[in-house]
Amino acid sequence: MYSFDIQRPSTVADAVAALATDEAQPLGGGQTLIPTLKQRLAAPSVLVSLSGIAEMKGICTGDDGSLCIGGGTTHATVAAEAGAYLGLASLAGNIGDPAVRNRGTIGGSLANNDPSACYPAAALASGATIVTNSREIAADDYFQGMFATALEEGEIVTEVRFPVPEKSAYMKFEQPASRFALVGVFVAKYADGVRVAVTGASEEGVFRWSEAEAALSSNFSADALEGLSVSGDGMISDLHGSGAYRAHLVGVMTKRAVVAAR
Amino acid sequence: MTKVTMTVNGKSVSGEVKGNTLLSDFLREDLRLTGTHVGCDTSQCGACVVHVNGEAVKSCTMFAAEADGAEVGTIEGQSNEDGSLNVIQQAFQDHHGLQCGFCTPGMVMSAAALLKDNPKPSEAEIRDYLEGNICRCTGYHNIVKAIMAASGQDVPAVAAE
Amino acid sequence: MPKDHGIGASPKRREDVRFLTGAGNYTDDINVHGQAYVHFLRSDVAHGTIKAIDTSAAESMPGVVKIFTGADFEGVGGLPCGWQVTDKHGEPMKEPAHPVLCQGKVRHVGDPIAAVVADSLEEARTAAEAIDVDIEELPAVVDMGAALESGATKVHDDLDDNLCYDWQFGTDTETTDAAFAKAAHVTTLELVNNRLVANPMEPRVAVGDYSRANDEHTLYTTSQNPHVIRLLMGAFVLGIPEHKLRVVAPDVGGGFGTKIFHYAEEAFCTFAAKACNRPVKWTSTRSEAFMSDAHGRDHVTKIELALDADNNFIGVRTDTKANMGAYLSTFSSSVPTWLHGTLMAGNYKTPAVQVNVKAVFTNTVPVDAYRGAGRPEATFQLERVIDKAARELGVDPIALRRQNFITQFPYATPVAVEYDTGDYEATMAKMEELMDIPGFAARRAESEKNGMLRGLGVNCFIEACGIAPSNLVGQLGARAGLYDAATVRVNATGSISVMVGAHSHGQGHETVFPQVVAEMLGIDESMIDIVHGDTSKIPFGMGTYGSRSLAVCGSAMVRATEKIINKAKKIAGHLLEASDSDIELKDGQFTVAGTDKSVAWGDVTLAAYVPHNYPLEDIEPGLEETAFYDPANFTYPAGAYACEVEVDPDTGKVTIEKFVSADDFGNVVNPMIVEGQVHGGIAQGIGQALLENCAYDENGQLLSASYMDYAMPRADDLPHMADYVVDHSCQTPCTHNPLGVKGCGEAGAIGSPPTVVNAVIDALHSGGHTHVSHIDMPVTPSRVWAAINGQ
Repeated sequence: MYSFDIQRPSTVADAVAALATDEAQPLGGGQTLIPTLKQRLAAPSVLVSLSGIAEMKGICTGDDGSLCIGGGTTHATVAAEAGAYLGLASLAGNIGDPAVRNRGTIGGSLANNDPSACYPAAALASGATIVTNSREIAADDYFQGMFATALEEGEIVTEVRFPVPEKSAYMKFEQPASRFALVGVFVAKYADGVRVAVTGASEEGVFRWSEAEAALSSNFSADALEGLSVSGDGMISDLHGSGAYRAHLVGVMTKRAVVAAR
Repeated sequence: MTKVTMTVNGKSVSGEVKGNTLLSDFLREDLRLTGTHVGCDTSQCGACVVHVNGEAVKSCTMFAAEADGAEVGTIEGQSNEDGSLNVIQQAFQDHHGLQCGFCTPGMVMSAAALLKDNPKPSEAEIRDYLEGNICRCTGYHNIVKAIMAASGQDVPAVAAE
Repeated sequence: MPKDHGIGASPKRREDVRFLTGAGNYTDDINVHGQAYVHFLRSDVAHGTIKAIDTSAAESMPGVVKIFTGADFEGVGGLPCGWQVTDKHGEPMKEPAHPVLCQGKVRHVGDPIAAVVADSLEEARTAAEAIDVDIEELPAVVDMGAALESGATKVHDDLDDNLCYDWQFGTDTETTDAAFAKAAHVTTLELVNNRLVANPMEPRVAVGDYSRANDEHTLYTTSQNPHVIRLLMGAFVLGIPEHKLRVVAPDVGGGFGTKIFHYAEEAFCTFAAKACNRPVKWTSTRSEAFMSDAHGRDHVTKIELALDADNNFIGVRTDTKANMGAYLSTFSSSVPTWLHGTLMAGNYKTPAVQVNVKAVFTNTVPVDAYRGAGRPEATFQLERVIDKAARELGVDPIALRRQNFITQFPYATPVAVEYDTGDYEATMAKMEELMDIPGFAARRAESEKNGMLRGLGVNCFIEACGIAPSNLVGQLGARAGLYDAATVRVNATGSISVMVGAHSHGQGHETVFPQVVAEMLGIDESMIDIVHGDTSKIPFGMGTYGSRSLAVCGSAMVRATEKIINKAKKIAGHLLEASDSDIELKDGQFTVAGTDKSVAWGDVTLAAYVPHNYPLEDIEPGLEETAFYDPANFTYPAGAYACEVEVDPDTGKVTIEKFVSADDFGNVVNPMIVEGQVHGGIAQGIGQALLENCAYDENGQLLSASYMDYAMPRADDLPHMADYVVDHSCQTPCTHNPLGVKGCGEAGAIGSPPTVVNAVIDALHSGGHTHVSHIDMPVTPSRVWAAINGQ
């Protein structure tokens, strides 16, 4: 790693102030950033650790019934305490491994927007609101391609608000080495329709599968997906699977998520 | 350099660390607690698992500065007060749950964290929990067996003969 | 009742206590006062000419002690290859130079161009970034077929082409062709034995130290064989005589073959410690390990099996391309030849077996022995082609194998080796019993109810361990002996230190070896300690690989202990005023036969060191003996394996549902440890079959360069306890070593890959996908899906 200083602010305001320095970078749980730093792929002068900010941690229910999760909340906490949204809790409980879940945070995951990460699928399929130190961003506007988001320099995810669906499930087909999603599909059924978000598959990062959403909104069953498929064009093709294989898995995982939804 | 103070295996320790000093480096090089091992650089192998405030974490993926004020537990603090092996360590020996020993400290620390939350895990739950601990020697069979035995569950005796 | 001590017992491992309490002493735990750290600047291109290296900016960076390039090593030797293979024309293999640091060219991603020694690792790394290397990139040679085409880019400019050797072995061409000409059926299969990375969990480490006071070098290193490193590095690379070079391999965190070899980093740290007058330490990262540890396997093979009208095997012919990588690693050349060709008869009495191997240089990391080394490659192709033949002929794959078993021993194969003993029918029958083969149909039906395809795969294997004897392997090109050595040092009060040439890095020698000595002497195991891993403490032994430790080093230990017993009987005879020929040793007591006159072990050992009442005119004081043991033959473990898989036809995912191994290891000293070795071998074999793949792109970039892309088997990839049995109850003792042992370290990795692939093909056929005759390993979900869908 290159040399840098670490700051550990205890409030969002202090963190934002610290991040105003040149080459400062926020540090969430560090489960992706620290390996990146080891490879010397980033050279911050200051890392601003968000792990000491109490106001960014924890889970509560908002006035509109949505589930509000602090940006600094670990995956383990979401898995244990987001029982009001089973699909989300289950997703969080299968990210990485137990030790990673004890450090990694929802805000960090969404800020990084790895194309194979799980949380982006949940946020997009839920139509979540990403709350930062300065504004609120709709999930549909937030994800802007692989590792790209609407966040500005120095902006941090302080909270994520999830409208709680009637039924939901996340189905992940794991890449056998990293155990990230080779394809992950989150299906969420709301009173006003079904949303389906796919991670791991596309070169553009997480995306909504609108044909499936339309079909499922009129008939929430696996049968409704018969004959629907996504194109392999624009899908990631690598050592672990071709674009065509990933496209195929999108269909399979979507069906399985519909069957598993509760 | 930043001064950090933490409790490691029940003893208060302090040291001067750089921003980029990993907790694993601090334990191994500053405190000479070399039982915590480093087997990869992508946060996957789990040889470096320690407990921070009672939770399993990968000490190679956490900065020492972030552990300031924390309670840290390492493999060196796991034995009983009289120095004998604790229940989990003893089960690993009884069931041949280790060969070269390199992944073992992380395995024991993960097993301890699992059994704290889930005192009677099923075999499938143990295998799932060990997703972040890679062993190249044992094929995991005897590790899983050791953890089941440590939780007081019946397992087949060691060796078929 | 199982035994509770001695040979055949399973005492708890004594080494476990230090490993379980964090008190192990691995190489990276060793810091030498004043040490500096080295960072290697490695090539990020697969092939190129080094036009210039400018280190001037880096030299003035903070903390830098010294920067080395290939020019600093022009006066020393290159890394040697320990086995010279002679090709089918009688010519020696091509043996290109392998410099410690690159000279003139880079030949694989990871090839070390320069080394920066600095006060801290981060300073070394930062300075390395300031080194300006001008490389003119050349086309990369990656595919072996393309590498052999005329006019292909050459990995080594001073060679004629990329062919290391063209080797032929076994039955002559005329006889082999005649067998195929009269065949009623010929089955042909082309397959890949996938390139693997051994991945012991402890990455390699080297610490070089030098004493100006006495011109002595010490190297602490993660090695399976410290004496081999001392010999190769001292004699061939750095020119340091043995008495000035100490090699220490302390606790080593797994090896699996990849820590046999002598590596550039070891020579560098030893050399640099003197040049810098400071200890120099290198600790590999895992990412670095992927591009600097020798890889394993990587064969592309066409195998043909000829059968007569009664389904008897009448001929086997193979044509293999074996990837050497960019340079010849220490034992690389022996793997596709003598460790592979000699096993191509398998368990079968096929009269004609011809093996053809072309070894090829490519711009990839060198390839060398990895758990099994040649034998998994032989077994995989043979057992896959037999399975394919059974399917083509519509016969039961178990019956086809059984019909062709070798049943008379000793048996001389057409590929030069003589199996001393075995009983393949016994292991097959044991496997069938444990697998409950009659119950398979019901299990398949149950799987199908859940939409899954279930397949059963079986497989037999033979392997060869404890490669020997030295005079024979010398004729075959080995540049080292393959004996081992042990010194049994009995102390005055009766405790014993046994100094052994074998190295324990997970095998449990510290527990097992005392079981043998204790049994022979009738004393408690706790009185015996094993010393290993330090050339200044142990006799010249060849270390641990090829499942040889007990069969070879254990035999040396038995011989040395026999010498101890003989001498102790003389001392006891003197004390008891009887002839030593009348002395019996039992339970640690020396007794005059037929009397109740006896003297205890401790009285005899004390007399040896306090020789007041002692026959000084006849025998020397003291009780210490050394033996070197050079085996008369290989040992031949064999077995029958079976597994059942479920294939999810929608995703292609394969799950191991049931696995049985029935091995014949001859006599077993510690059943617990034997089972542990088999568990580990099977996990690596299942890893090869389903998960692991070291892949390069067409430019020679390593695609699987970390655990993010190289899939290591985890706990949830392997069968559950209730559906997993490893059995070693079939025992035909080795006929030519004193313990009757054969070796168990590699069997699991040899026997399991074809078992798994055979099961997957069976599952696919049951689902109607009969066009799928083979899927190359690793049988990943995407490959299964592609095969099902004809993609």
